[in-house]
Amino acid sequence: MRRRILILAGVSLTLLILTAVLGFLWMEEAEAINFAEKNLAPCPEHIFGTDWMGRDMFKRTVAGLSMSIRLGVLTAAVSSVIALVMAAAASLFGTAVDRLVSGLTDLVMGIPHILLLILISCAAGKGFWGVTVGISVTHWPSLARLLRAEMMRIRESPYVKISEKLGMSPLKIAREHMIIQVFPQFVTGLVLMFPHAILHEASITFLGFGLSPEKPAVGVILSESMSYLITGKWWLAFFPGAALVVCVLLFQGLGQGINRLLDPAGAHE
Amino acid sequence: MSKGTAEKLIFHFVRMLILIFCVCAAAFFLVCASPLDPLQTNVGQAALGTLSREQIEALEKYWGVGVPAWERFLSWFTGILHGDMGISLLYRRPVMEIIAKKAASSAWLMLTAWIFSGFLGAGLGILAGVKRGKWQDKAVTTYCMIIAGTPAFWLALVLLLIFAVWFPLFPVGFSVPVGMEAADVTLADRIKHAVLPAVALGMTGISSIAMHTRSKMIEIMESDYVLYARAQGEKGWSLVRRHGLRNILLPVITLQFGSISEIFGGSVLVEQVFSYPGLGQAAVTAGLGSDIPLLLGITLISASIVFLGNFLADVLYCVADPRIRAGKTHGISIGAEGKDSGRSTR
Repeated sequence: MRRRILILAGVSLTLLILTAVLGFLWMEEAEAINFAEKNLAPCPEHIFGTDWMGRDMFKRTVAGLSMSIRLGVLTAAVSSVIALVMAAAASLFGTAVDRLVSGLTDLVMGIPHILLLILISCAAGKGFWGVTVGISVTHWPSLARLLRAEMMRIRESPYVKISEKLGMSPLKIAREHMIIQVFPQFVTGLVLMFPHAILHEASITFLGFGLSPEKPAVGVILSESMSYLITGKWWLAFFPGAALVVCVLLFQGLGQGINRLLDPAGAHE
Repeated sequence: MSKGTAEKLIFHFVRMLILIFCVCAAAFFLVCASPLDPLQTNVGQAALGTLSREQIEALEKYWGVGVPAWERFLSWFTGILHGDMGISLLYRRPVMEIIAKKAASSAWLMLTAWIFSGFLGAGLGILAGVKRGKWQDKAVTTYCMIIAGTPAFWLALVLLLIFAVWFPLFPVGFSVPVGMEAADVTLADRIKHAVLPAVALGMTGISSIAMHTRSKMIEIMESDYVLYARAQGEKGWSLVRRHGLRNILLPVITLQFGSISEIFGGSVLVEQVFSYPGLGQAAVTAGLGSDIPLLLGITLISASIVFLGNFLADVLYCVADPRIRAGKTHGISIGAEGKDSGRSTR
């Protein structure tokens, strides 16, 4: 069982890294215009077809996914660190800070996510930084809640109480006792945040707030394809979206795999 | 309702009001921090060059350039307290009026999707939880996994492609037929235009509700009281109905009201795909055109609906749960089953 999970997680990771690297290398090629081969339906040379400027949709899609993956890794990392800091602060610095953090969590969760992203994107002046900042500062609440509950539990345990009585500072307790213990949840939460980050990046770009139209991004590709759907050019929308779904599912598989590998209760499977 | 419950509800209510105020402030100062010049965005760089000094000044006054942020916030917020959200800069009509109009067409969509995803999601979740590990469970879990990874707007695009382009059963977009007098539009027309967006919205909503219901149901099916019921020879549908459904009710209520925010977010995307003139599309237009009063108004209204939903869930909890209704002191005497289910639903 463990072996199977390891293989599955390994394959997912390899595919994702491959996409990220290939897409990065194809950045230039993806934008290569060739009017001799425009509006081609999927064929062996262009498996995802070509668009109205003769750009190869497969390369464009992979370049877009690569962008999404890199952005997703960055934003999820920032977001999960925020979650960890929030959770640690809430569990270590007393009721007032705890109330503040839970109020902040409710606040971020109360505004519908897409609207919040639109607001932040406006505040940051749209474009690349708008999405990056927006996604980084809006994905922490659910992980923060989870980590807070866990850290509260650890805080009540005898050895933390003893450390406190021995005069250990809260920061040292956090570093030496708590973060180590919540590490498995933290890593799982981090990996499971990628799919959310990627989906939100695509959505917000699709609406026109995210990455600028000249960048290769799945959101851009899909919003462009809207004007060509009625004329029957289905491949412009279908394949890029499907590739995005596969990418997200790979991340989910990876996250669940890591979760099961790190879970001590499943060590004997 | 006992005194303790009432106090708790008042606490929740006050907290909700504070949160709504915080949303106002946070949203306002976020938008104020925007480096985008409203004149340049809406008038255009080229046109701006041809304008006279007076015209530019008049426009700057119209878009509120140069007034300190806190001053604008104060006047905006006192306006809200009087039920006035300002004038939309793009539509040139009161924000309240536009929101009311857009919300009316969005409400159809969101309500249908909400009810559809709620019932179907809860049903599928219960089925999967009861039949854990069987093919029904696997089918539901696989569906939910895939849908959870699918962006709502792409699903909408695919539905549009299949049911409007390849098999033209439904119209491609808008909420009423193009070029028809408003008075001639029938209810059938409206429903026909709302079907595809509502299905797209509902399909994405199902997955999270179903997955959460499933895990709660599994918890219940593994509980001591279900084991006891099984030992007494109860099984099948009657076991689920007598012991499962009653205990799953509370978490399902919370999930339902918790999903409002998600439905709202989804509607922004889905309305954009179908050019459906609802709140979501208005939010996108307002955001792209820096129409700050309208964007803030929509944020405020949607956040209020979300918080109100959470509050309603708390109220329903008190009404639906006999233990909370009876107050804490009586709760103990209810017996082992009640206490057990209490633990499993938290």
